[in-house]
Amino acid sequence: MCETHNMIQTNLYDSKSPTWCPGCGDYGIWASLRTSLNQLGWGAEKYAVVYGVGCSGNMTDFIKCHGFHSLHGRAVPNAEGIKLANHELTVICEVGDGDCYGEGGNHLLHAMRGNADIKVLVHDNRVYGLTTGQTAPTSPSGFKSKSTPQGVIELPVNPLSFAITQGASFVAQGFAGDTIYLIKLITEALSHKGFALLNILQPCVSFNKFYGYAYYKERIYRLEEDNHNPESKEEALKRVMQDETRIPLGIIYKKERPTYQDQVGVLAKGTLVKQPMNNPKEFTSLLNIFTENPL
Amino acid sequence: MINLTWKIGGEAGFGIMTTGHMFSKIAVKHGYKIFDYIEYPSLIRGGHNVYEVRVSDEEIYSQEKKVDFLFALNKETYDLHKEEVREGGIIVYNSDNFKLNTGEKERNVAIYSLPLSKIISDIGAQKVMENNVALGATIAILSMEINALYLIIESIFRKKGQEVIDKNKEAAKAGYEYVTKNPPDGFDHKLLPRKAEPQIIATGNEAAGMGAFVGGCQFFVAYPMTPSSALLHIMAMYGEKYGVVVKHAEDEISVMNMAIGASYAGARSMIGTAGGGFSLMVEGLGLAGITETPVVVMVGQRPGPATGMPTWTSQGDLQFVIHAAQDEFPRIVLTPGDINEVFWLTAEAFNLAEIYQTPVFILTDKYLLESHASVPVFELNQVKINRGKLISFEEGDIAENYLRYKVTEDGIPKRALPGMKKALFIANSYEHDEYGWSTEDPKERVRQVDRRARKLETFKKTISKQNVYGDTVADLSIVAWGSTKGPVLQAMKDIKGRSDKIKVNFLHITHAWPFPADCVGDFLMKAKRTMIIESNSYSQMGLLIREQTGFDIKNKYLKYDGRPFYPEDIQNKIMEVINL
Repeated sequence: MCETHNMIQTNLYDSKSPTWCPGCGDYGIWASLRTSLNQLGWGAEKYAVVYGVGCSGNMTDFIKCHGFHSLHGRAVPNAEGIKLANHELTVICEVGDGDCYGEGGNHLLHAMRGNADIKVLVHDNRVYGLTTGQTAPTSPSGFKSKSTPQGVIELPVNPLSFAITQGASFVAQGFAGDTIYLIKLITEALSHKGFALLNILQPCVSFNKFYGYAYYKERIYRLEEDNHNPESKEEALKRVMQDETRIPLGIIYKKERPTYQDQVGVLAKGTLVKQPMNNPKEFTSLLNIFTENPL
Repeated sequence: MINLTWKIGGEAGFGIMTTGHMFSKIAVKHGYKIFDYIEYPSLIRGGHNVYEVRVSDEEIYSQEKKVDFLFALNKETYDLHKEEVREGGIIVYNSDNFKLNTGEKERNVAIYSLPLSKIISDIGAQKVMENNVALGATIAILSMEINALYLIIESIFRKKGQEVIDKNKEAAKAGYEYVTKNPPDGFDHKLLPRKAEPQIIATGNEAAGMGAFVGGCQFFVAYPMTPSSALLHIMAMYGEKYGVVVKHAEDEISVMNMAIGASYAGARSMIGTAGGGFSLMVEGLGLAGITETPVVVMVGQRPGPATGMPTWTSQGDLQFVIHAAQDEFPRIVLTPGDINEVFWLTAEAFNLAEIYQTPVFILTDKYLLESHASVPVFELNQVKINRGKLISFEEGDIAENYLRYKVTEDGIPKRALPGMKKALFIANSYEHDEYGWSTEDPKERVRQVDRRARKLETFKKTISKQNVYGDTVADLSIVAWGSTKGPVLQAMKDIKGRSDKIKVNFLHITHAWPFPADCVGDFLMKAKRTMIIESNSYSQMGLLIREQTGFDIKNKYLKYDGRPFYPEDIQNKIMEVINL
């Protein structure tokens, strides 16, 4: 699918070589993100990528760009801070399901409430890969793993219904094994103004063999070919509340509303980092508030 | 010398805090210096609240134990605090709230009954205005000018309209006139107006807020926690006017990480919290350390661990803040001792954070953060903004072979920002090479650890001196840090007032980390006797001094009951040690 573009960012390919297991779904996500960035024609000054910690986060070393390799679970608040400081940047989070739905779940909830203008791409492999195979928040009940040899007791999280109901203005799902469609979805997410959650089904060939490429291929379908209205919250919820006999791919929900930074008065004057710093003397009026003059 | 302590107490809900703060302003309007101190439980309504204001025509550094004027709004205040009233003092009580037996007057203390509720209902005003009656009466008893109170009422209620202003003034006047018609017997303290320069009246939180604005803060993020919530309120109230983005985040983990994100992108960032909130930030602190992202962190100490005693004071987090987070990285810990130092060190913290590309702490406590003091107006032309080795966007757009973590002699590399065309790098929580790529190479690791450590060595050269107060040659040399400065200086002043023969000096540590070992060691080497004074039970600064200088300070005055030091107690300790 390699199309030729005028604005290829050579730096995107000037990095270390990936260290993922052969056959890992992360390769597909990696290739799709770079292709999407090239298709968008953005120079390195246009965006920053914040990575969580996990196999997904190891992508840090495989793309040369403005990158921030965060802590496990904390990419989202880092990204929110970056966006508020310089809202000209498109801020992308490359995170895992354990990372973003487990350790960082609280941050995700509140970033969505505020429609923080960040793009969260979740590598959802339903397992902890980098720590060699423990259960994840997305693992199904009964899932046997190194940390749950008797099987998982909890229900899995449903990140998509969570996002739809808690304020995300763009909710989509992609599949690492369908890169052509994934490139399109990443481009849509990156172009969306507001909080975008793109959950990417990612086979982990080493530690979660049940959810392999074949499992997904038998079940996925594209929403745009199935008469779906992404503007309807009710319809979107129905799509993500179904059992897994059919797994929807595509834009599940999309409705623009003012972003967080649009509603911060100070930012109306331009990006924070490019606003000139006040001369200390301009604070005389502030000191006056606390000053008492003798009678 | 004029020295008077006015203390008001009652149930939460009366507006004790507002009333006390207004009295501080009234005193400053009369040309006096003030120091005030509040005590309240961790409740919103009910419970016993006390506000005391110490007023003097000379420099004062702390509250004192004795009271000249006790305003008892309820019986509890009277019972708890009547013994504190000095001979020649007065107790004014709300006689509509409780009755005193005539036999209560044993000592030379005037008792004055003020029917607050009756006065307020006679003029048809609301109960919430009783505090103005109380202030009006206070002013009359102290022979002060009622106009000072009118001016303050006008400024507080300016936005609420003339009617509200007039009604409040009427209440003040009613209290004032009641006392004029029924003057107290046996009390002759007066606070007559004096000539003086304008003064700032601020708490530590307010001074930190002013320091942050003036120091170029662009992004402030916090989660409320006593005793630093007021800093969030100040930043939120004035942020829009002065160009600061202020965010109340979902938790302290997010607070630290948002600040790091904003600072990585180039905004001067600050966070405010207490020890408990800082516990949640510790993981992120290490991220700031290894990515070399500047961030200013104000930690307000209160007794812990866990929830502890939320509205009381402590210096129990020194060792925690110095050592927080796994492994080693440079940090700077500043420990201001008074309102003036809070302002200047907060403003300077933004420079230090950017120059050394590392976290900088303002470590303070409830006592300093919530007590008001009057100080000369800060000279804004003394403020300098220094962004260190931050490169401009123009430079970053054309940079070739830029290395964010380049090994340099002073340890400090050039800092680029996202949004620059050419100066790319990875801010990496993993150990990394000069570019920022992850590495586990043993040589690269050592090079980066050593370089980061050199930043602190570079900084250390700039902090060779700490302030020493008192006699050059002394019988006793005191060491203290942070807010303990005030009570120690007050005790030294009071001792001098008693006898010139007692020689005491005092080293106050405002830069706790990196530890100014040479300066502290030098001071202790010359000392005849030594004593450390701090608000924790392990003597955390004492341990640090022993670790860093080898000196073991045997005389310790440690206090960890949540209450601040009192100069009277420090005086007693000084005499004890000298007479050993």
